[in-house]
Amino acid sequence: MTLLEVNDLTVSFYTEEGVVTAVDDLSYRIESGETFGVVGESGAGKSVTALSLMRLIEEPGRIESGEILFRGEDILKMSESEVRSVRGNEIAMIFQDAQTALNPVYSVGEQISEAIRHHLGYDDDAARDRTVQLLDRVGIPDAESRYGDYPHEFSGGMQQRAVIAMALSCDPALLIADEPTTALDVTTEAKILDQIQDLADEFDTAVQLITHDLGVVAKICERVMVMYAGRPVEKASVEDLYYDPKHPYTVGLMSSIPRIGDERDRLQTIPGTMPDLVDVPPGCAFHPRCPYAEECCARKRPPLVDPETGDASTAADDRAAACLEYTGDLENGLDFEVTVEGEDPLVEEEQDAR
Amino acid sequence: MSTKRGRIRITGFDTDRVTDRERLSDWREATTTGGTDGRWKRAWRRFRENRAAMLGVYTVAIMSLLALFSQKVVVAGVPVQPFAIAPYEPGEILYLQNPSLERFNPPTLAHPMGLDANGRDIFSRLLVGGRISISIGFVVVCITATIGMAYGAIAGYYGGWVDEVMMRFVDVIFAFPGLVLALVIVALLGGGYWPLVVAFTVPGWASYARLIRGEVLSVKENEYVLAAQALGARDRSVIFRHIVPNAMAPLIVQASLSIGTVVIGVAALGFLGLGFPPGTPEWGTMLNQTRSTIITGPGGTIPWWVTVFPGGAIFLFVMAMNMIGDGINDALDAQEISAAGAGGAE
Amino acid sequence: MSLRRFILKRVLLVFPILLGVSIVTFSLVKLTPGNPVQVAIGLNPDMGPQEIARLKQRYGLTQPAWKQYLNWLGDIVLHGDFGSTYGARERAVSDIIANRLPETVVLGLFGWVFALAIAIPTGIYAAVRKDELGDHVSRFVALAGISLPNFWLGLMLILVFALVLNLFPVSAPRKPLWHPATLWYLLLPGITIGTASASNLMRIMRSSMAEEMNKEYVTAARAKGLPERTVVLKHVLRNSLISVTTVAAFLTAAIVSGSVVVEQVFGWPGLGRELIAAVRNRQVDLILGITLFTGVAIILANLLADILYAVLDPRIRYD
Ligand SMILES: Nc1ncnc2c1ncn2[C@@H]1O[C@H](COP(=O)(O)OP(=O)(O)OP(=O)(O)O)[C@@H](O)[C@H]1O
Ligand code: SF4
Ligand SMILES: [Mg+2]
Repeated sequence: MTLLEVNDLTVSFYTEEGVVTAVDDLSYRIESGETFGVVGESGAGKSVTALSLMRLIEEPGRIESGEILFRGEDILKMSESEVRSVRGNEIAMIFQDAQTALNPVYSVGEQISEAIRHHLGYDDDAARDRTVQLLDRVGIPDAESRYGDYPHEFSGGMQQRAVIAMALSCDPALLIADEPTTALDVTTEAKILDQIQDLADEFDTAVQLITHDLGVVAKICERVMVMYAGRPVEKASVEDLYYDPKHPYTVGLMSSIPRIGDERDRLQTIPGTMPDLVDVPPGCAFHPRCPYAEECCARKRPPLVDPETGDASTAADDRAAACLEYTGDLENGLDFEVTVEGEDPLVEEEQDAR
Repeated sequence: MSTKRGRIRITGFDTDRVTDRERLSDWREATTTGGTDGRWKRAWRRFRENRAAMLGVYTVAIMSLLALFSQKVVVAGVPVQPFAIAPYEPGEILYLQNPSLERFNPPTLAHPMGLDANGRDIFSRLLVGGRISISIGFVVVCITATIGMAYGAIAGYYGGWVDEVMMRFVDVIFAFPGLVLALVIVALLGGGYWPLVVAFTVPGWASYARLIRGEVLSVKENEYVLAAQALGARDRSVIFRHIVPNAMAPLIVQASLSIGTVVIGVAALGFLGLGFPPGTPEWGTMLNQTRSTIITGPGGTIPWWVTVFPGGAIFLFVMAMNMIGDGINDALDAQEISAAGAGGAE
Repeated sequence: MSLRRFILKRVLLVFPILLGVSIVTFSLVKLTPGNPVQVAIGLNPDMGPQEIARLKQRYGLTQPAWKQYLNWLGDIVLHGDFGSTYGARERAVSDIIANRLPETVVLGLFGWVFALAIAIPTGIYAAVRKDELGDHVSRFVALAGISLPNFWLGLMLILVFALVLNLFPVSAPRKPLWHPATLWYLLLPGITIGTASASNLMRIMRSSMAEEMNKEYVTAARAKGLPERTVVLKHVLRNSLISVTTVAAFLTAAIVSGSVVVEQVFGWPGLGRELIAAVRNRQVDLILGITLFTGVAIILANLLADILYAVLDPRIRYD
């Protein structure tokens, strides 16, 4: 069953430097219980997308157009109180930076149980009990006595766990995890990802996992959307994305995953950086960095199409890419190749996950 | 994990092609505007677009010009400024020549703000009085800012016990309410223009010192200062060339917001009868007698004009000055508004 | 460090500042050309040198300055003796302070409460309605409030409410402070004294609230589905109130300064009026006493604000 369907979402920020279109004509869908990955470099518009789902875009931002159908109902058309009953209850968010997402002057326990009291109508004691259980469940040792601790008394990893507990507090149907592990070290990162995955399975929660790490995506997602400069550039199942990437940006991201004995920074191998969204390059936004770019790429904006047929893609399509190669405009084609050596990594991954 | 990932191998993603080929479009990566030059230019543009702030600028300019041209300025017998727009001498007792006038003559066309208790033209006195009231604010702020800047920069730069001792002294200054300290100093020096400057300088410099020290401490952490030190630049030039320009923005905000405070403070001492000899055309001193006047006012009528106009002039000037200060604050994005003393107090 | 140790340390830190304040006060006032002997000479020009020497002896002026200072401080600390006024009627400075202090405290507290009652709600309102009409209007009013000279505001209030509208007596007939009518008479001077502080506080409140509103914990609180009211009044307000306590001491200083002027305007018989009279009559001990007293009051206000801050803010690192 389709839990969430986003159609043609456009979000702009009216800043002093100009209008920033942080999300540009974005469509995708998430099925109940599945884990959906959103990948892109910093500034791709991932967080803005996530906040839009709960209609939390603040001034100077504005959701310009599109629809966000949650269980078939358009969140953008809901009344303020209807949206509030969705927030934290049906759709919950794990914030990118746990430290700033926690209010420094209230205890961690209170910040979790206030949502429980609000949505589930628990009284103080019941909410407290549930909070302690949650804290315990996300792996905070001695949860009972840490209930009253303030955020600054928690380590970074524990803060992140607390934020996860907060997001899970009302059994949401959709969990948006916005780079839940970027602020953490590698071992904690692995543990927390495992945990999110376990909890999602346990509570049968759909997850929209935002990350700029394709490795993380391979590990826990089923379908993926790659974003560049506020636009979707490729959508695929994880298998397709890895064995048969269609968009040069995806390929660039993949070739920049570190290998053993290779200490290069993860995303360094694509030359240049993501453009400032005030001034997006004309045509294909990726063309200044794309090794396959031709003269037409600077002129024509590639539509998101089915790479096999070249037909325009919709939210329902699972496979799409936005490169002029698939509209037949590119003369020299894309001459990258993906080879799989040895055992199939994804099969193993899948076995791990089950 | 990474071993497994390693088994997918991409070939043909040749990034050299990007660097080697010619640009496909005239699009370029935006050059980041973060330099000091850009900052001040942007601030100036924003300030000019702020209508309230510009209104403040015009008001202050007009009031200052009126005060400057109110009477001739003669230096050593040479008229430097030949205009005199004040219609009467500020000290002239008008009912002596003109029997149709009396003390507390209400406003008329000839005397738009009426006459005061001694039969003097209030409008002329306001124009001339602006010289004292307006200029003293600027003078005090220039002096206090300079002293405070030097003091704070030294304390912050050297740190350690120098800083400790210097800042404890600042704490001591802060322990006095500004007006009380000024009052005591005026009692010590007697009234007058320069004694008042001193009286408001003594409590005034401390806030700049604290502010600059804070800025210096944070800027000091920046690498370029460390780098300059490593190159062996002398202490003083390090402070003044690198740190002070960075601390300028909050200093300017603070200065622009405290001019009004000083003007009100000076007027308050004038009002209390301690700032200037009675009869001086200074805005505060002009209000000195009015408390008893409005209370025991001449039979039945209330001579509101003697109170409304001088106070209104102070208010207008200070308001304009504060609009400028707020405008500068917004333009420089120095978000925090300090607890500027106000209403004749600090 | 525990909260208790922090408070202890903070209290100990007060003493050097107190000492500094007493030294500054003393040296300032002792430089005043108005010691009792000179006043006596002025009153009685044909006094003989012996007479003058005798007077100097009596007021301890023959001693070196540091000894005078120690005597003065010793008397205050050990005996609560601030010296006395001179002239026809000698009065102990400590008596004067004890008599006048309650008047000033009541007036100042009224001004404080007025300022808080106005500033906090309007500050919240302006921050929530940032850049809307209500924000612009309240900011403009606040700017006017800090631009109003308080003595003029007082005069205008008298003009309008006492003389034109006849709602108040021009000079309040004196009732004992605890008399209910005092509240009525407090209204105009209290508003006068509190307006500048209210405006200042409102501006600080607004900018601190607005700054807090941009933080991610606010988005997180909204993402929990809490009503906007709860987000603002529970999450944001607590944080900005904590940062506002740091300026409480400034505002206390403003109110003390304000009381000097406002008491004069309204004929309120407090310490401020006494100070001005003392300055006019060159009553050295009285000037010294009152100035020292205001200094101490502000240091204590500062201390209280710091402790309050430490108690309210769970993050504070006590060092
Ligand atoms: N409050 C805001 N005001 C102005 N512009 C904004 C605001 N929030 C986001 N943007 C713009 O939207 C763009 C996308 O931001 P977003 O936070 O979604 O990126 P992201 O993909 O989450 O990156 P990261 O990996 O760094 O979290 C930014 O480049 C920025 O220009
Ligand atoms: S459209 Fe051109 S520039 Fe864009 S990804 Fe495809 S080849 Fe590269
Ligand atoms: Mg983000």
